Amino acid sequence: MRYVPNTDADRRAMLAAIGRPSLDALFEDIPAAVREQFRPMDVPSRSEMEVSACLGALAAANVGAGAVPFLGGGVYDHYVPSAVPYVVSRSEFATAYTPYQPEISQGTLTAMFEFQTMVTELTGMEIANASMYDGATALAEAALMAERVRGRGRVAVSRSLFPHVRRVLDTYAWASDLPIVELPYDGTSGRTDVDSLPDDLSAVIVQTPNAFGVIESLDGLKAQIGDALLIVSAYPTALGLLNPPGAFGADIVVGEGQPLGLPMGFGGPLLGLFATRKEFIRQLPGRVAGRTVDADGAVGYVMAAQTREQHIRRGRATSNICTNSALCALTATVYLASVGGEGLRVIAKRCFDLAHVLADRIARIDGYELAFLGPFFNEFVVRTPEDPAVVSARLAARGFLVTPPEELATLGVDGALRIAVTEKRTDDEIDRLVDALGGTG
Amino acid sequence: MSYPTEYRYTKDHEWVHVEGNRARIGITDHAQSELGDVVFVELPTVGTEVAAGENVAAVESVKAVGDVAAPLGGKIAEVNAELESSPEKVNEAPHADGWIFVLEVADPAAVDGLLDAAAYERFLTEG
Amino acid sequence: MKTIFERPRSDRPTAFVPTGKANGSTDDRRIDPAHLRDGAPRIPTVSEPVVVRHYTELSKANFGVDDGFYPLGSCTMKHNPKLNEAVAGIHGFANLHPQTDPALAQGTLALLHQLSELLRKTAGMSAVSLQPVAGAHGELTGMFLFKRYFEERGEATRTRILLPDSAHGTNPASASVAGFSVGEIPSDERGMVDITALRAALDETVAGIMLTVPNTLGIFEERILEITEAVHDAGGLCYFDGANLNAYLGRARPGDMGADVFHFNLHKTLSTPHGGGGPGAGPIAVSEPLEPLLPVPRIEADGNAFRLDWDRPRSIGAVHAFFGNVLVAVKAYAYLLRLGDEGLREVGENAVLNANYLQQRLKESFELPYDGLCKHEFVLSASELPNGVTALDVAKRLIDYGIHPPTIYFPLIVREALMIEPTETEGKASLDAFADAMERIAGEAATDPDLLRSAPHAAPVRRLDQTQAARDPVLTYSLDEAST
Repeated sequence: MRYVPNTDADRRAMLAAIGRPSLDALFEDIPAAVREQFRPMDVPSRSEMEVSACLGALAAANVGAGAVPFLGGGVYDHYVPSAVPYVVSRSEFATAYTPYQPEISQGTLTAMFEFQTMVTELTGMEIANASMYDGATALAEAALMAERVRGRGRVAVSRSLFPHVRRVLDTYAWASDLPIVELPYDGTSGRTDVDSLPDDLSAVIVQTPNAFGVIESLDGLKAQIGDALLIVSAYPTALGLLNPPGAFGADIVVGEGQPLGLPMGFGGPLLGLFATRKEFIRQLPGRVAGRTVDADGAVGYVMAAQTREQHIRRGRATSNICTNSALCALTATVYLASVGGEGLRVIAKRCFDLAHVLADRIARIDGYELAFLGPFFNEFVVRTPEDPAVVSARLAARGFLVTPPEELATLGVDGALRIAVTEKRTDDEIDRLVDALGGTG
Repeated sequence: MSYPTEYRYTKDHEWVHVEGNRARIGITDHAQSELGDVVFVELPTVGTEVAAGENVAAVESVKAVGDVAAPLGGKIAEVNAELESSPEKVNEAPHADGWIFVLEVADPAAVDGLLDAAAYERFLTEG
Repeated sequence: MKTIFERPRSDRPTAFVPTGKANGSTDDRRIDPAHLRDGAPRIPTVSEPVVVRHYTELSKANFGVDDGFYPLGSCTMKHNPKLNEAVAGIHGFANLHPQTDPALAQGTLALLHQLSELLRKTAGMSAVSLQPVAGAHGELTGMFLFKRYFEERGEATRTRILLPDSAHGTNPASASVAGFSVGEIPSDERGMVDITALRAALDETVAGIMLTVPNTLGIFEERILEITEAVHDAGGLCYFDGANLNAYLGRARPGDMGADVFHFNLHKTLSTPHGGGGPGAGPIAVSEPLEPLLPVPRIEADGNAFRLDWDRPRSIGAVHAFFGNVLVAVKAYAYLLRLGDEGLREVGENAVLNANYLQQRLKESFELPYDGLCKHEFVLSASELPNGVTALDVAKRLIDYGIHPPTIYFPLIVREALMIEPTETEGKASLDAFADAMERIAGEAATDPDLLRSAPHAAPVRRLDQTQAARDPVLTYSLDEAST
């Protein structure tokens, strides 16, 4: 039997102990009318070897995993130090559950406390939770939280969010009857146009770098928006180099934490980052670890402010989140401990540098030009001389993946491709990409 | 702890101390004991109009949240701001320094509908 | 417990990637100073040996399923097959960007499509979405589906969700986040939904019911068909929380019980690891009328190829940035292929047998509020223990016996509740050891209650002060104090 230690003798002994004649008798409480309708999946059981082969064949069919990804959109191909997956795979971390019994969960809780600290440091904020599902749902929950805090009945959102993030926000906002006002972007700079902000907003939401890779100008934005909360979705690697949203007065900072040591994994599991001001702690969704002492006065960690959460507040909880992305948060913690703040800055600088080198070289190819003049971090949009779908296909044939043109088209940018560059891209890959686009420079 | 005879009580474990046309309200010793160590009190806003039975405050312990309803209709006249820094007063002196809010009572006669100390203590043993 | 911030620091970062200038880089590439961070983030730089030792030490202050018995009720802490970990780590799955052209991601798309089919059949329903990434996320998505369904039908009065008083906290929380108010239905003296109360509560303000089957007492609703029929007759929908699916795998299907939306917890029933609180996955199965409302994109089969279908005008939108927790789905898929129908049937049988056996052994030393055939879990009460010993004390003392405590103080309808779910991956010897420990603790409650009240004694820390943590939350390490 797979994963079942009981022997037939064990089962006989247990049935005798409970006075039941058979295993079938254990299911008599399920109405016969239901049991009679049962149909199996029609799947035989298989040996480990066969399952392994089957999964291996499926993985091999993912040709794209062998190509060079110049893809971004919140999920990036960053280098992961070997110690990270090694440590995180320890079964004491991986096979534990929520730390409801803190005395035997100090590993998980201490790591949560470290993660929260690192997230506040990166974002420039005061408190952070121990993770949300992903950057998109973190942003959606931030909007709902702002509405709880301010109650103005609507939020403004920049058009230059990643479409896949915006889709999730739209769904959550619809369900909460929270109208969204869209802010346009400037066609030259690519930055959000905040000149005609409506009144009566619970929040103003921007992403930086935005969907065009352009770094938004946060300077003075908080002062411009009255008492609406400023919510910023930020790329954590970029925060190794860039001034964090907290320095500009942001009220809530969210982000996609996948770049911090997680595999791309076709988009999941991901890691939602969520940080805010200490004054908003009662409205904060999700789990938080807090420091305390034990009966002997030794320092320890417990889940703090649990009365916000569903298992106590139930219908009036700040969120319904229970299972989050804990092991991914641990991964990010070990990643950040391994590279350190200085190391993250070095990595960010390299991403920035390589992206700018590539952008310059592409811009020198006939017919190619940068779509926007605003400053960018490691991702940029180029207008192509021919149908971008054709260019994209040519690149794919040469083993290079770039963002599909449809994504940009939904944002009103036609005839263009978006390219992301991380520290993993080599000089050779960059040379060959430029060559594939028809350039020699 | 005994239940002051000059106070009135509700089956939701609130006590009411009438002071003219105002009523000072808190939770009873039984309630604070059930909740455990109080860590936070969510206070109502002064000036808010409330109906009898409406939840106006919440007392949070480590493991639970207890809603505090307005036993009578009226307007919130005062709140115990000390509870912001010292929520433990609700545990230490639930019938005195642990008071939560004062209500300007709309209908003073309604107080007669509340339990007296003896009736509340009976409710605790039988209820 | 020391934090990483208190460990010896390096004086320079480790070179994980090549450093030095990129080809063609020029120094005039300056970034606008206004955008530049003032100095690097103050996260310490720590060498690999120190990192590995620190987190290894932390891991030893943890307790996972691999360490010992973990009977956390309604969490299904079953063994996490190591085959799952191996396949999820294959480069072809892990190194794939979600915006890769579907033509180049056919392996994962095939897997997701096939997994959806297997889950659909297991549920006995019409269609599956793998987007929700946790049980509560599945609940929320289900509530979104309810909302859209009634919106389309112009039934704006349906703003309430009914749920039993034994419901898990995420149920009312999910309903609330989706904009519904909740109404509680009491349980009868046998722990099941009071059908009279339910019928009385059903009117045109009710959008539907959220049920856990079996319920959180581990008891199967005998009158489940009557319950769902009553809700349907009143024009409502039925949401089934699938956290307790382990109880009837291989024997019954929620679709046959009247479910309109059902969520799976892949990290419970389908053996993917809990990770210290996540990531999990909470895919949902739906009945036919709700299929057009499912999140986009859908994964469709075109012969032997798979494509993404965005053309779903009635869809509620998206609840995740991409396709859900794909690498978790890979593990669940491997588990289903390994077990097959035969293996799933063995899961249900052994899970239920183990629970009933433990219930029988423990009812002598603890109060059993609902006696009778249980499914995969059961609830004891510590309220009859002498000397005022509580469920919390019992839980902390179990730690000294090397056993993870069961769920305590849930469900709310049982005082001093201890919810015990052994799962099928425990053998009789392990169950007997647990029962022996529980009996000893019950004895200690009479002879040496202080030993319990001051427990645990054998854990990395003693009992922790929750009050202090709640009264004055310290949620971050003060990096200002940190020395360089």
